Amino acid sequence: MRAAGAASRWPARGHAGFWAFAAHRVSGVALTLFLPAHFWALGQAIRGEAALDGFLHWAERPSVKAAEFALVILLATHLTGGLRLLALEFLPWSDRQKTVLALAAGATLAVALAFLLSLV
Amino acid sequence: MSARAETGLWLTQRVSAAVLALCVAAHLVTIVLAVQGGLSAAEILGRTRGSAAWAAFYATFVLAAAIHAPIGLRTVARETLGWRGPTLEAAAAAVGVALAAMGWRAVAGLFA
Amino acid sequence: MVPGTLDVALWRGDAGGGAFRRYRVPATARQTVLDIVTWVQRHEDPGLSYRFACRVGMCGTCAMTVNGKPRWTCRTLVGAAARDGKLEVAPLANLPVVKDLACDMTEFFEKWQRAEGRFQPRPGADADFAVVPPDSAARRAADAGIECIGCGVCYAACDVVAWNPDYLGPAALNRAWTLVNDVRDGARERRLRAVAGDAGCHACHSHQSCRQHCPKHLNPTASIASLKRAAAAAALRGEL
Repeated sequence: MRAAGAASRWPARGHAGFWAFAAHRVSGVALTLFLPAHFWALGQAIRGEAALDGFLHWAERPSVKAAEFALVILLATHLTGGLRLLALEFLPWSDRQKTVLALAAGATLAVALAFLLSLV
Repeated sequence: MSARAETGLWLTQRVSAAVLALCVAAHLVTIVLAVQGGLSAAEILGRTRGSAAWAAFYATFVLAAAIHAPIGLRTVARETLGWRGPTLEAAAAAVGVALAAMGWRAVAGLFA
Repeated sequence: MVPGTLDVALWRGDAGGGAFRRYRVPATARQTVLDIVTWVQRHEDPGLSYRFACRVGMCGTCAMTVNGKPRWTCRTLVGAAARDGKLEVAPLANLPVVKDLACDMTEFFEKWQRAEGRFQPRPGADADFAVVPPDSAARRAADAGIECIGCGVCYAACDVVAWNPDYLGPAALNRAWTLVNDVRDGARERRLRAVAGDAGCHACHSHQSCRQHCPKHLNPTASIASLKRAAAAAALRGEL
């Protein structure tokens, strides 16, 4: 039996590297759930312009816009987190990994804002 | 899975990740530009219909995603559900095939 | 709270289960968590089981979970570790409990063997002294990881160890990497095959909890990343 006591399934959460992993995993799973919906929506084009337009019209609703914004954040999070991982695994180790993480978070925000500006 | 297969999956995941990084960056820039001033089917199709370059780009994008997502899901399934063995591998492969099929259908719809 | 004392909770139990039990311990200057545990065993409950040896931060035997973090208790000052004067001590996570604060390290060292974490001389290596330039890239890579004393703190800190019972773990993989870089070793191919399998280096997600908690300031995440690259190169060359 494993040691009891606090948090034996999550031994060491709470530091930057763990949150980077968590964000990367959550965004990855969420994107995988979104992707089929995205392909389906675009596949409406196969039924002609009117069908695609019908979908785009529905997508003008504020709730959909909010979901799109969330999607951009998920995408940017997963991308920058992934780049950080590629750096950790392929580039010579540097103690500035946390700086890289911060840059990743910053870039995520920047992309999200850019999208927001074009949404608003 | 053997060491060689596991290593192959790891390498495939990193390569597809690098391809996706480029595709996603290009995609995000395109979308941000495209949604300026509203979006319509006519606008989208005007850009994409008949463009071999865009078709090739998005077909590659779909393939990279259809490879990358199942490998990631496989890892998540192993760690959170404890799922192992041939059924897991088959399920992951099925997800990949489904994503590729749906994605390429969409590409065909936009570019035909 | 009585002034001059500390309220501590120590985990008591065995493989069948257990719970935290509270004790009131006299507070002294520059107390370590090991001092606390020792005081309880000597003055309150001789039945308390725990491990220690050197008491001076060299052997790693006293590693336990202190307020949720795996640490060497002889090198953990109560003042630094205790949040709001509260101290909670449990056995190391990710390992079966023997009794109270002592855990069973068997699987930790079994995985060390499974990762081929032992030196296997190259044929003819005993013919003469090996010449190993200390500044060579391989030797510097090996030196960066060989100070590991097998205390188990990284293993206890690792989330992947918690989620994947077969995962070899940071210490075993770190040791494997130092041996991959040992020019006198002859088992490189077998070792890479051992660490690149189902529950090997590829299972690491670079949380860096190991690096965060290692009392010797080693970096198993970096060693594991290097193993990933070495395995990929070997696979591409058809050696895996």
